[in-house]
Amino acid sequence: MLAFNFFGATEGGLFDINATLPLMAIQVVALTYILNSLFFKPVGNVVEKREKFVSNNIIEAKNKLSEVKKLEADLLIQLQSARSEAQRIVSEAENESDKLYKEALELANNEANASKEKARLEIESQTNAARDQLSKQADELSELIVNRLILEK
Amino acid sequence: MFFNSLLTNFAALEVGQHLYWRIGNIRLHGQVFLTSWILLGALLVFISLGTKKMENDPKGLQNLLEFLWDYIRDLARTQIGEKVYRDWMPFIGTLFLFVFVSNWGGALIPWRLIKLPSGELGAPTADINTTIALALLVSLSYFYAGLSNKGWRYFEYYVHPTPIMLPFKILEDFTKPLSLSFRLFGNILADELVVGVLVFLVPLILPIPVMFLGLFTSAIQALIFATLAAYYIGEAVEEHH
Repeated sequence: MLAFNFFGATEGGLFDINATLPLMAIQVVALTYILNSLFFKPVGNVVEKREKFVSNNIIEAKNKLSEVKKLEADLLIQLQSARSEAQRIVSEAENESDKLYKEALELANNEANASKEKARLEIESQTNAARDQLSKQADELSELIVNRLILEK
Repeated sequence: MFFNSLLTNFAALEVGQHLYWRIGNIRLHGQVFLTSWILLGALLVFISLGTKKMENDPKGLQNLLEFLWDYIRDLARTQIGEKVYRDWMPFIGTLFLFVFVSNWGGALIPWRLIKLPSGELGAPTADINTTIALALLVSLSYFYAGLSNKGWRYFEYYVHPTPIMLPFKILEDFTKPLSLSFRLFGNILADELVVGVLVFLVPLILPIPVMFLGLFTSAIQALIFATLAAYYIGEAVEEHH
């Protein structure tokens, strides 16, 4: 009796196949359509939109990064040329100021030498004049002395 | 004596008893439909709640549903292939969700508390009708997939790589739905019976590890069923060179 219930064919039993089978199949097919419109399509849209968004952003970021690297290299070159330019200008200015300094120094030296020379000449002339005068006075004095001595005799 | 009492216990579990609905001349297993409607209703409510307000930054339920969607897509894509997996993803996903929800629903909800005039509520997949229905749908699907993708060239598959394979490949068309349906049916029914017998014999603690094992088996069976279905479809649409 139990065995009959287990594998029974008429009614009941584990392997009792009846109209449940096709109805369940129809139910699963219907569920497929319902889940497709309720779950797979909307979620797929959102997920794929986001995946596209992310991959687009990654591509964009990569492009931007390569652009930044290019700009960076450009800037480095510009910086280097600007630096060498600045160095050139600085050394030029240094040379120029050196030159100006030397010129000014020379000018001042010359001027000083000239005024020194002039003073020396003046001193010399005055010395000469004084010496002349002194010798003239000495001459006069000696003449006076001579005259007096001669007169006393 | 012991054997006899065990058999009576089995009988007390009401194996092979059904709640019959009669519509005209046809007979249905009512308990299968009742549980499947409750579980699928819960699934649909869960899904509509999760997809009600979809945002670009997923929150809460949407996260879970997107994870599920991604999982099913990976499953379909690896088995069916990049070219046609999109067409079959809803079917594979529905099989997975249906089997999973049925198995877990049968294992987690204490259906036994609801008394029926005949038979008892349980996992819809523990009924042979359900599993055969699913397996036949898989068979139809892979035939349809092969024929719609490759036309009559689909039948090259039967003589690939040599015509010696022909009888085996024809045999496979019968063994595929048979193994699919009986694997699922056997696993889920066996799990229900083992838990039922253990609860009947030792109502405390001892059945709990077996229940966990049952949950594990249930999830694995859902995965196996969906993966095999996808694999069969992938096999049918695969191009031989």
